[in-house]
Amino acid sequence: MAAVIESPLIETKGLTLHFGGLRAVDGVDFSLRPGEIHALIGPNGAGKTTFVSLLSGRRLPQSGSIRLAGEDITRLPAHARVRKGIAYTFQITSIFPRLSVFDNVALAVQSRGARGVTVKTRAALARVGLEGLEGQEAQTLSYGHQRLLELAMGLALAPRLLILDEPTQGLAASEIEGFKALVRSLVPQTTVLLIEHNMDLVMDLATRITVLNFGRILATGSPAEIRADKAVQEAYLGA
Amino acid sequence: MAFGPFLLLALMEGLVTAAVLALAAAGLSLVFGVMRVVNVAHGEFYMLGAILAWVVASVVPGPPAVGFVAALVIAPVLVGALAAAADGLILKRLHYDPEATIVATIGLLYMIQQATLSLYGPNANPVPAPFEWRIQLPWFGYSGYKLFVVLAAGVVLLALWIFMRRTKAGLIMRATQVDRTTARSFGINVDLVYMGTFALGAGLAALAGVLIVPIQQAQYLMGGDPLLLSFIVVIIGGLGSLRGTLIAALVIGLSDGTISMFFTPTLAKIIATLLVAMVLVFRPQGLFGARA
Amino acid sequence: MTGGGARIWALHAAVLVVVFAAQYWLSPYHATNLARIMVLAVFAMGYNLAFGYTGLLSLGHALLLAAGMYAASIPAQLWGWTAGPALIAGIAAGGLMAGAVGLLALRTAGVSFMIVTLMFAQAGFLTILYFAPVTGGDDGFALPAASRTILGFSLATDTPRFLAAFGLFASGLLASLALVRSSFGRTMVAMRENEERSRMLGYNPFTVKLAALVISGLYAGGAGAAWALLFGYAGASFASIQYSILPMLYVLLGGAGTVLGPFLGAVLMFYLIEFASDLTSAYLFIVGLALVILVLFAPKGILGTIRERWARWLP
Repeated sequence: MAAVIESPLIETKGLTLHFGGLRAVDGVDFSLRPGEIHALIGPNGAGKTTFVSLLSGRRLPQSGSIRLAGEDITRLPAHARVRKGIAYTFQITSIFPRLSVFDNVALAVQSRGARGVTVKTRAALARVGLEGLEGQEAQTLSYGHQRLLELAMGLALAPRLLILDEPTQGLAASEIEGFKALVRSLVPQTTVLLIEHNMDLVMDLATRITVLNFGRILATGSPAEIRADKAVQEAYLGA
Repeated sequence: MAFGPFLLLALMEGLVTAAVLALAAAGLSLVFGVMRVVNVAHGEFYMLGAILAWVVASVVPGPPAVGFVAALVIAPVLVGALAAAADGLILKRLHYDPEATIVATIGLLYMIQQATLSLYGPNANPVPAPFEWRIQLPWFGYSGYKLFVVLAAGVVLLALWIFMRRTKAGLIMRATQVDRTTARSFGINVDLVYMGTFALGAGLAALAGVLIVPIQQAQYLMGGDPLLLSFIVVIIGGLGSLRGTLIAALVIGLSDGTISMFFTPTLAKIIATLLVAMVLVFRPQGLFGARA
Repeated sequence: MTGGGARIWALHAAVLVVVFAAQYWLSPYHATNLARIMVLAVFAMGYNLAFGYTGLLSLGHALLLAAGMYAASIPAQLWGWTAGPALIAGIAAGGLMAGAVGLLALRTAGVSFMIVTLMFAQAGFLTILYFAPVTGGDDGFALPAASRTILGFSLATDTPRFLAAFGLFASGLLASLALVRSSFGRTMVAMRENEERSRMLGYNPFTVKLAALVISGLYAGGAGAAWALLFGYAGASFASIQYSILPMLYVLLGGAGTVLGPFLGAVLMFYLIEFASDLTSAYLFIVGLALVILVLFAPKGILGTIRERWARWLP
């Protein structure tokens, strides 16, 4: 089922992380094509967040390998992976609550170099529609705005791969439309890996979908293929 | 003196150090284990125990034994009450935040130490042992009181162990140690447990101070060394573990006694301090497992 | 953290002008006190960069102060170094010692970090006692007058001493202001506020914290060296736990994470302690009381509270 690809951006082989008896990620072979919007779905506890933690380096696997554009990054610490172009936005909003909105994004910008911090920071803020709030303390933002700030920090890193962990959780319907347009505008320069529970959004936005269940890949394919997949229907969509 | 008897003497001295240290460290370990509070003022509770023993001994008439027994009861109770007040007035208001409580107990250390200086003065005062009895060994005579200290510390630690393992109050303390939130939802009055734990920990230090004072004179700066040694014992022994504390106290006490016979005490202390720092750096799971 | 540049620089320049001018209207006694305070404030500014901005609560900064003090005064004593080279040696020693401590201690965090730094400083204090023939131990030693000169001026006389203290203080203050307004300053604060998020923005927390600690050590080393050279004495008491607590107290009082807080805290605490020591020999009681009151009722300190209520632009 997994298509053979010339040169994947990310490729994992036999990636495994068990917590005691729990097989959170269990021998996953996975690949991302450059420039796609790839959604990772699956029931709660399927291992989605653990899997992207392995990709971003927040956790290290017990076995298996991860390659980024052919380079082995399995043992690379998280901050070094960010510098190689893997950005991660947190499922539970993680910002610098007592710093200004500007400083939050500027921290992302300046981690790539000290030049043009102000201009690039304002550009990232404008892209998510937070211009005009830059002087505000981040913790005083509404929840939706904090999610957008989180996204702006990810964008400001100008990553090759942007991992979004449930980015639309808590957003209003109107904000979700804006989010879709934003993500579409990122590709193909940036590849997007998206964990999402909102199935309408996934089917609309993703070019490919991978379904995880009990730490294993159940299916990979286009939205139409996933919708038609019997095993997926039984395990997940039907439930 | 030949080497054998010399070593025996060193070991006996070390055993006394270990016994007193085990008491003081058990208090520190209890407070950290249950409350996750690093009590930097712990040594001052020890010092207060010694000073109060002197006060009681000078006030109570009759033979030294009467005053000593009175001090064994009065000093830990008074120090425990002071600790309970400090818990309610300071630590509780800081919501037991680990870093803030360290700063606050540093403040408490200065306050207790300096208040003692102004009320008691800078002098060191001796307290007579409750009994004068020497054991005559073939090579040297040895103070019977020192052996009593070892025995007394053993009895108290055994009682503490039974209290923690076999009584309802001990069970409640252990439950609070495992999970404060769950304990509260089971109707345990966590505030009261904390206050009691802090008082008990301070009381143990004070008891150690009372026991030591016929051997060492009472002085307002005497809290520093036991604080440092208790830290060492607690860190090496592993937290909240009474058995670990006891074993570490034996190791440290015996080696401190023996090593100081061969090295200068300063060098021994340098090595011990660096050792503890290294344990914390390279084996933190023994002590502050999760980020404390 | 950015913006309001002119107002901020003007405020700090004004503070420096007032402090500089103080030598003309203060009595010699108080002018010497101010020189001492300025040196202590440099120490506290360094502490503030680690604790106030980066969130590293160290209980071992006395070790860094003592490293600078002895690195300056032992060459002065043994080989007749003058103040210039001795000061540079002291600053370097503070930074090196901070680097060595940091390489080990920064593997820990929070409470463990506090205890590890405390233990290292205690080991350093005992080491100074152990090598008493060189360090003078508890008694310490007086620096030879010949080495207490810079550019031909004797630091044992009032005006050059005040100016030397002022020079060190002003450079420390301005460097600290520039640092916290730089992008590295922002990174330091990011470590304090949310280390995990910083990691996921591509920063290596260990490196950032180590760098902050080394900068803090340069300040502490400079202060230790300056104390020995300006006041002519080096002793083990500067390595004792009390000298780890004092900068923390200054910073907490003046306001952690504010550029002027350490100086303000040093001024107030210095005179508070002096006032108390006239009344009683147990004057350190005031240190304990101040710590407890601050941590209970004013954890942000004076300038931290002012910034929160009235002057958000304060760096």
